[in-house]
Amino acid sequence: MTEAAEAVFAVTGLSKIYDMGEVRVSALSGVDLTLFAGELVVLLGPSGSGKSTLLNILGGLDTPSAGRFSYRGRDLTTATDRELIDFRRYHVGFVFQFYNLIPSLTARENVAAVTEIAKQPMTPEEALALVGLKERLDHFPAQLSGGEQQRVAIARAIAKNPAVLLCDEPTGSLDSKTGRVVLAVLERINRELGTTTVLITHNAVIAAMADRVIKLADGRVVGIERPSERLAAHDLIW
Amino acid sequence: MRALDHKRWRDFWKMRGQVLAIGLVIAAGVAIYVMSLSTLDSLTLTRQTYYRDYRFADVFVSLKRAPLSFKERLQEIAGVEQLRTRVVAAANLTVPGFHEPISGHLISCPIPGVTPLNSLYLRRGRLVDPGRDDEVVVSEAFAKAHNFTLGETLTATINGRRKILRIVGIALSPEFVYQLQPGSLFPDFKRYGILWMGRKALANAYDMDGAFNDLLIKLAKGTRPEEVIERLDRLLEPYGGLGAYARREQISHRFLTEEFRQLEQMATIYPAIFLAVAAFLLHVVISRLITTEREQIAILKAFGYYDRDIAFHYFKLVLMIVSVGVGIGLIAGFWLGQNLSEIYMDYYRFPFLLYTLHPRIVVFVVGVSLAAAGLGTGGALRRVVKLAPAVAMRPEPPASYRPSWPERFGLKDFFSQPTRMIIRHLGRRPFKAALSVIGIALACAILMVGSIFQDAVDYIVEVQFGLAQREDLTVTFVEPSAYRALLSLQRLPGVDQGEPFRSVPVRLRFRQRHYLTAVVGMPEDSVLHRLLDENLKSLKPPEAGIVLTDQLGSILKVKPGERLTLEVLEGKRPQLQVTVAGLSKEFIGVSAYMELSALNRLMREDNLISGAYLAVDESQLASIYKALDEMPRVAGTVARRHAVTSFYETMADQMLVFTFFIIFFAGVIAFGVVYNSARITLSERARELASLRILGFRRLEIAYILLGELAILTLVAIPLGFLLGYGLCAYIIYSLQTDLYRIPLLVEPGTYAFAATVIILATALSSGLVGWRIQRLDLIAVLKTRE
Repeated sequence: MTEAAEAVFAVTGLSKIYDMGEVRVSALSGVDLTLFAGELVVLLGPSGSGKSTLLNILGGLDTPSAGRFSYRGRDLTTATDRELIDFRRYHVGFVFQFYNLIPSLTARENVAAVTEIAKQPMTPEEALALVGLKERLDHFPAQLSGGEQQRVAIARAIAKNPAVLLCDEPTGSLDSKTGRVVLAVLERINRELGTTTVLITHNAVIAAMADRVIKLADGRVVGIERPSERLAAHDLIW
Repeated sequence: MRALDHKRWRDFWKMRGQVLAIGLVIAAGVAIYVMSLSTLDSLTLTRQTYYRDYRFADVFVSLKRAPLSFKERLQEIAGVEQLRTRVVAAANLTVPGFHEPISGHLISCPIPGVTPLNSLYLRRGRLVDPGRDDEVVVSEAFAKAHNFTLGETLTATINGRRKILRIVGIALSPEFVYQLQPGSLFPDFKRYGILWMGRKALANAYDMDGAFNDLLIKLAKGTRPEEVIERLDRLLEPYGGLGAYARREQISHRFLTEEFRQLEQMATIYPAIFLAVAAFLLHVVISRLITTEREQIAILKAFGYYDRDIAFHYFKLVLMIVSVGVGIGLIAGFWLGQNLSEIYMDYYRFPFLLYTLHPRIVVFVVGVSLAAAGLGTGGALRRVVKLAPAVAMRPEPPASYRPSWPERFGLKDFFSQPTRMIIRHLGRRPFKAALSVIGIALACAILMVGSIFQDAVDYIVEVQFGLAQREDLTVTFVEPSAYRALLSLQRLPGVDQGEPFRSVPVRLRFRQRHYLTAVVGMPEDSVLHRLLDENLKSLKPPEAGIVLTDQLGSILKVKPGERLTLEVLEGKRPQLQVTVAGLSKEFIGVSAYMELSALNRLMREDNLISGAYLAVDESQLASIYKALDEMPRVAGTVARRHAVTSFYETMADQMLVFTFFIIFFAGVIAFGVVYNSARITLSERARELASLRILGFRRLEIAYILLGELAILTLVAIPLGFLLGYGLCAYIIYSLQTDLYRIPLLVEPGTYAFAATVIILATALSSGLVGWRIQRLDLIAVLKTRE
């Protein structure tokens, strides 16, 4: 990965303040950073450091209180709701800590819910095959283990062939063995599809699989590191 | 099928219990609407067709006697298009095998081949041969009551002469769709019959040769009946005209119109209540669903679904629920409508029934159901649109509770922890709790309406026959007779007591209002037949002045002490000013009363009487009937008590059906509200309750927390329901008041008890179903899910 690669996200002076009635909570204050096409970035920080807020803003789920951010040169700071929805619809894939599958839909249907509204998606079956679940297409979430559910969530996120994959603590609810399986899937997607992947974690071990590690604390970027050696997900131990 | 459609169908199936509960409430509203309006449409169309095809007259008048030649003079009145003269007479009938007196109303029969006004619809047989004097066509209601077949005979005593008549036809007339004997409380098809006889024969028997005593008029288009009536009354005065009246005052027509008005009212008030409750239930259920699925909504938004797509997704779910209700409702309404129309056919004698379900009814009720659903779920769907995905992704913060007001007033120590949980939970969503209470209260109110008619009829009968009309028999003479005629009745073996009465047809005028009725003269010391004051105490007919029924008083808007004009319509036809001495309480009928001798003085006549009220020894009834039948002076005998019994028999079936539906529908509401409320509380609090189970609470204790809330809602709802119910009953009774009858507003303790019992049973049933779910609460699974 070189600095010459195309910038996917460019963020300058980004702040987010939550107005909770009597108290104002500053979740982000003056974050500057650039994310490049195809890289796998780990956002590392303790809880409350602003990781999720940053991820939500990048994904168009939330809007900043100050500062600017752009996606592929397009300023999204002033985007309308409709533009943000279209941005999410066609460019972003999300993976969450609690999988957030729709319980009344099977694995295949959960993925289909997204492919049906995408522009050039893969089929749900292809997406599920990519995460190693082609045998469990017609199972409902309740019939799947946590790791399997998270892999369905990943399949759902990648099925639209998104440019960026935003993962919020994807292994947060999983044991380490299952977590490694899930991370391996993300790694493979990043490698094979070239999807820019942002992965939030408070688990420092996971940082070892990143191209770059961005450390956050108290709503600020406190360091950007490039691991000397990128480890395979299977070799991570925690 | 699209993935979201899959989701919707599965959500729909998962909540099928609630879907059914809400669907049934909607169905009840829709069914009642469709049933009443389609019946109304059908009966209106049937009546219209019947009136048109059988040439129902516009103006009616009875008179003493006018020569047939006078018809031409009447024909010249401007606005008269067609005119039919008739001979009409009262007769005593005897039917083989039936030992009670029967009053007959004899009418001259139309000649075969012509279609005069008030034509006959022949159900069976033929019209009377004009050349024969022993043939008769009988009304269908009367024929059915006695199982007459063609060729059977019955005996009529006309003007004191007995005549054997052979039935040649069974017919219906637009004039007697509602066949009620004048002055009767209820129809009695067994003891009151309409007979059509050859004109010549009837005229001979009734001294009406070359004359007529009844007139029907068809008006030219655009003619106001009042103009013709005024002319008629003036022209007929020398012939003993009893006052012409328009179709809207014709008794059968008036009853029908009243019935139609009631159907229309039923089509408004009940569906409104049911759909309001359905809207509330949809609100509760869909709101809860959206709360449960907020993360799913957020994820869909995160993946780029548009707000309107997601809102529409839930709206389609609402549509599915509404469709279930509307579907069941339309089918049930159609079916019930046909049946209701059939039931009406028992009371109202139409020759045919044109059942129609007009598309406009369907369109309207579907529209209103959708509007109700939209109203109920609009807020929840707006929340779907507004939901910010980033916020929704985070777990919901713990619900905020605070000490309830009884606790804040220092009663805290009286409550156990579970009780506090119940009270605080209710206090957290007072609006929702209030709506649940109102829903249950409405069900309670509807249940109360179910029994007020029965109570009212019981009360009317009790007052009318227990306190006012205490005679066993009413005997009417052919013509006003001398006082000594009473003695011959009193002397009959088995007659314990006899009181005379005089009845005079009059028109009462007060300012611009007037009313055709009769003044009844009765002795001051009447014991059998009495007037009642507003407190149901006996009211003596005053020495001077006139007493009106309260109903008549309010029609004429006249108060005691004011003077009104009394136009007597028989004898010397005096016009007099009389003072209203008082008002008497009566539920049915619009008569006026005077003291007997005062009335006779006013009439400038001797001591004449029109008939007598008799108290008799029941065991000697048969011989009394026989004796009366042989008295030429006696025109008719009515045994009121028997009429009432027979009415009760007919009414009981209809009441049973009506009560069953009311209970069923109200039960549906009560069950729907309570069950949904319980299910939602269970889903909101499953985690909390499972946690308590893990802490060692027993199932019963858990059930207490959940069901205790329902019990409180129900207990608060019942008194409110009593209030609403009383209001609803009052409204319904108020809107049923007519000058034909007045229904008292009576809500008996039994009515309250009944409504409360059904509500409690519905609560118990829903509690049982929810309790069964508590039994199956999967502790581990519940704790794993993230609320």
